[in-house]
Amino acid sequence: MMRDNLMSSLASNRRNQLAGRAAVNLFFYVLLILVGLAFLLPFLWMLSASLKSVAEIFSFPPKWFPRVRRWSNYTDIFVVMPFGRFVFNSFKVSLLSTAGVVLSSALAAFAFARLRFPGRNLIFALLLSTLMLPGEVTLIPIFFVMRALGVINTHIPLYLPDFFGNPFGTFLLRQFFLTVPKELEDAAAMDGAGPFTIFGRIFLPLAKPALATLGVLTFMWRWEELIRPVIYLGSRDKMTLTVGLTGYFAEFGGGEIFRWDLLMAGSVVSIIPILVLFIIGQRFFIQGITMTGIKG
Amino acid sequence: MAREIHVADSNTTSRAVARRNIKNAGVAYLFVLPTVFYLIFFSLGAMVAAVFFSFLEYDVLSPPRWAGLDNFQRLFASPLFPKAVWNTIYFAILYVPAHTILSLLLALLVNRDLKGVVAFRTAYFLPVVSSVVAISLLWTMMYGKEFGLINYGLKTLFGVSGPGWLTDPAWAMPAVSIMSVWKGLGVGMMIFLAGLQDIPKDLYDSAQIDGSGAWRRFLHITLPLVSPTTFFVAVVSTINSLQVFSQIYVMTEGGPRWSTTTLGYFVFVSAFEDFRMGYASAVGVVLFVIVMFFTLIQFRLRKSWVHY
Repeated sequence: MMRDNLMSSLASNRRNQLAGRAAVNLFFYVLLILVGLAFLLPFLWMLSASLKSVAEIFSFPPKWFPRVRRWSNYTDIFVVMPFGRFVFNSFKVSLLSTAGVVLSSALAAFAFARLRFPGRNLIFALLLSTLMLPGEVTLIPIFFVMRALGVINTHIPLYLPDFFGNPFGTFLLRQFFLTVPKELEDAAAMDGAGPFTIFGRIFLPLAKPALATLGVLTFMWRWEELIRPVIYLGSRDKMTLTVGLTGYFAEFGGGEIFRWDLLMAGSVVSIIPILVLFIIGQRFFIQGITMTGIKG
Repeated sequence: MAREIHVADSNTTSRAVARRNIKNAGVAYLFVLPTVFYLIFFSLGAMVAAVFFSFLEYDVLSPPRWAGLDNFQRLFASPLFPKAVWNTIYFAILYVPAHTILSLLLALLVNRDLKGVVAFRTAYFLPVVSSVVAISLLWTMMYGKEFGLINYGLKTLFGVSGPGWLTDPAWAMPAVSIMSVWKGLGVGMMIFLAGLQDIPKDLYDSAQIDGSGAWRRFLHITLPLVSPTTFFVAVVSTINSLQVFSQIYVMTEGGPRWSTTTLGYFVFVSAFEDFRMGYASAVGVVLFVIVMFFTLIQFRLRKSWVHY
């Protein structure tokens, strides 16, 4: 009898605990969803505005779903500005920059991780210290370097430095190369392989995940970069998406019937490539960002 | 016999290694040569040049002229200078604590063992991977005084008439920083999440057995053990926020009435709109000093609250 009582009270305790747990979980789901709305609603609003007419964007009260979905906004952006050109330029600059950063960082990172030479630590320390330099400060002297090279109003200033080096990428890849077992390298050296062979045949293939991490982050940073494209790209057919869209807004944005619908359509398109890249390579983004949290 | 072979072997290999090391040193410079060029022309060398430029007067058209400390004197006398310094620090004050605290809260929220929580992490991360220009344009539209979504929401949910977010000098900087915090939270969240997952689980278990409540566990286990991550997030976001540029260029162009002119934006305008290269470099040097100053302070204060 007593035993039965004990058992049933234990069971009801257990039930209470489970019910309490479910209530806590429900609370957290509600919280997760509310926070999620704060992050997602602005994107939905952008999408919705990109399919409205200007009149509807400024109608009151605002509506989440356009009465008629004006897909024509997405073709009109190619009429009011050289939008296709902007997209092409953004791809060109971001891809070249990415190739440059990955290549130059891998070379230097290998030397810093695996080769011995006088001055190694000093050069590495100097390189690391530059992570703290504000980009706005070095902008002006670099501008004059580019002017001396006669490459103003071309895309070259945007990717040329990346082919020489990148402190962030070098640091990231060096960390990775340090973890490669020494035996692999020794075995290859016994077979008569030189540093270039060891680098190209052993380290680069092993580093694929790290290279991908650096690659997606660089691509994203260069894609959204604004200040240097603004400074270097004067003519419209050279502009990247960021300058192009900003320029369109700055030029016409004050007007009464400014085409917010087109600007939003352009913004949606400008987000898509990185979004696709993010969906494919999510783990690379998250790895890279957690490892560093630093801007390129 | 076996031993002799061994010795001979190690002799030849060590000689081979030595020879390889010498050869490597030469080859190694080939590997780092591009980076040395980078340091000279595109980063450290450029910084040194910027300091040199700050003593020149140079408008690009006529040849540069030595100006001594003129640029700095003019700068310190300009009424815009203290304003730009304050705006730079003000943005960091609005951004860094909010970013750090909210990122930690968000990480705690998505660190729970719930089904589907990964999808929420991805959703919170979306602004991070969206171009800052697109996001700035979107928020400019949402910040509209009459027809903006935010003021509409404030009206219908709370019955409050929102300000002209980007047109009122008192509200422009808070508006820019709210948007920036929203955009950057995903980064802080992911960094904190990694930090939280490094905390050994049995610490929580034993605390629970001792009867500590959730709040005490947070205060005495989570907060101290995650403090190196907190430090990292605070330092990095301080350095980044003192250099804010894109949002301001797109959303306010430094206005209204200079209320969002930060030092970074000031450098840009002086150099590439007014073509006062020496003067702009002087502003840049001041910005550099401020970034260094706040970074050093944070490292100094580290001992008092970061547990290793």
